[in-house]
Amino acid sequence: MLATFRTYSLIFRTSIEERLTYRGDFAFATLMRFLPIVTQVILWRAIYRFDQSDAVGELNGYSYPDMVAYYLLAMLGRAFSSMPGLSSGIAREVRDGSVKKYLTQPIDMLGYLFCARAAHKAVYYLVAVAPFALVFYLCRGYFEIQPDARIATAFALSLVMAFLIGFLLEALIGLIAFWFLEVSSLIFIYMMLNYFLSGHMLPIDWLPAPLDTLVMYLPFTYLAYVPAAILLGKIGPHQFNETLAAGGLWIVVLLIANRVAYARGVRRYGAFGG
Amino acid sequence: MLAIDVQDLTKTYRVYRKREGLRASIAGLFRRTYNEVHAVAGVSFQIEQGEMVAFLGPNGAGKTTTLKLLSGLIYPTSGSATVLGYVPWQRENAYRRRFSLVMGQKNQLWWDLPAQESFRLHKEIYRIETEAFRRRLDELTDLLEVRKLIGQPVRELSLGERMRMELIAALLHSPEVLLLDEPTIGLDVVSQRKVQEFLKYYQAQRKITVILTSHYMKDVEALCRRAIIINEGEIKHDGSLAQIVDRFSTHKIIALQFADPVIPADLDRFGTVFDVEAPRAKLRVPRNRIPEILTALLSRYAMEDVSVHDRPLEEVIAEMFTSVREPIPSANGSAAPTGDQLLTTND
Repeated sequence: MLATFRTYSLIFRTSIEERLTYRGDFAFATLMRFLPIVTQVILWRAIYRFDQSDAVGELNGYSYPDMVAYYLLAMLGRAFSSMPGLSSGIAREVRDGSVKKYLTQPIDMLGYLFCARAAHKAVYYLVAVAPFALVFYLCRGYFEIQPDARIATAFALSLVMAFLIGFLLEALIGLIAFWFLEVSSLIFIYMMLNYFLSGHMLPIDWLPAPLDTLVMYLPFTYLAYVPAAILLGKIGPHQFNETLAAGGLWIVVLLIANRVAYARGVRRYGAFGG
Repeated sequence: MLAIDVQDLTKTYRVYRKREGLRASIAGLFRRTYNEVHAVAGVSFQIEQGEMVAFLGPNGAGKTTTLKLLSGLIYPTSGSATVLGYVPWQRENAYRRRFSLVMGQKNQLWWDLPAQESFRLHKEIYRIETEAFRRRLDELTDLLEVRKLIGQPVRELSLGERMRMELIAALLHSPEVLLLDEPTIGLDVVSQRKVQEFLKYYQAQRKITVILTSHYMKDVEALCRRAIIINEGEIKHDGSLAQIVDRFSTHKIIALQFADPVIPADLDRFGTVFDVEAPRAKLRVPRNRIPEILTALLSRYAMEDVSVHDRPLEEVIAEMFTSVREPIPSANGSAAPTGDQLLTTND
């Protein structure tokens, strides 16, 4: 047990070292991701005709400040749930045969990838914490919330879930490469679905009934909408247990799906590429 | 004691057969025809602990597939195999700690980090004791002469240096079985020889069981006494390297040096003449006619020197593979030659 922990923590540390190799490129890419936030805020400003004589007061229960706050929090959720290169990385390793290292060494592929991903995220936060803080500071006027301990805990838990569900969903898509080898169009479809169904583009409660209820049962909402909605009070404290329990259930289901896909995939595996 | 026991192992792949052209591509969207490829077809062999065995065969013969089966990368279609008592494709950690697979064209080191980081990770993954780890790392970096390079990012190393690092990574946990797939592919002669010498020394010291596939006959001749020849998924020969020449080479070479500076014009009566460089010439002669031809040559011409050679292993094997359609004398895993009068065994 202890030895297993030591192994995975070393994978974590080594991944951080690797990640820091190209620190310039990495910092640049991280900072560039803040550009869309600015354009999105300007877009919402135009939609709400903010500061103009015919300004829109509320849309579907969201005022302009609510919308900016929602969008920023959804982006924070995505900072936990997005997994750039995870699916395509697994698919590439299956296709070119480098997946063999997980099969011939006494190591678990999903555990290994999870540690590596956690390390990537840790380095990302290290670089992104300052710009995130700056953006939130500049937009502090849009936040009217005073979270108590219960809300803060639920919010923190929902971010952890965002990470876990994001990882498990993308890993699962990557594992499909054991069957189809090329999964880039599948990844594209997943990205599109994710954009709509996670609440990245619009808050889920903007969707017409009964679509909104339906979508709330899917795992995607945990990737962006749920953390933001918890902090903004769109999901009230009386719904916390239910929401988080459902998230937990999705984690278990996805974990089992990953294990099954891996076990079956490996049986099918042809070990291509010399 | 047996280290590897393989019985009737078969691996059949189903591959999509695409016909030429766009029309066929579109038809392929709806209906696909598949071909069955018998990558390994009913292979059986045993390898004793401490043996070093070469797998020989042309590309696509089934060598690598066999290694993949033995390392548990793929499941067989039928048949059985045990390595150190384990069934490889069950991939128990206990088994995975006791063997190593090195593929010359694949690397498992972290590309952007120094090799020592990968080694450290191996120490944890394989649960190597700190003391043993240090000792082995010292020994291996010395033997392979890469001590100074382990702090340098792997991407900056030459191919030969990288291969040596791969070998270190593969040997740190002191595997009892080592599977090497083309370990010297793409290396220059110096690096090749270094790797050969290292493998020879290491295997002799540790008495580990090694299977090696290689296209470089030099590797094989330097390292292995026993060779299993695979072609079209089947074992064509299993025995000593020396036997291969005896068994499959129908001809020998007679090297002649004439006393006169002129090569006799009628020399081709005795065999195929080649490498003519007066006063020297070589003759390719059926083995069963050697005594008779030698006698004739010596009585007819004045000679400075005469010697009889086996054809190079490489040539014999190349010939075997180009004439696969012809039946080859049966060699079902037994080292004993069958009753072909031409054969002589020199080991």
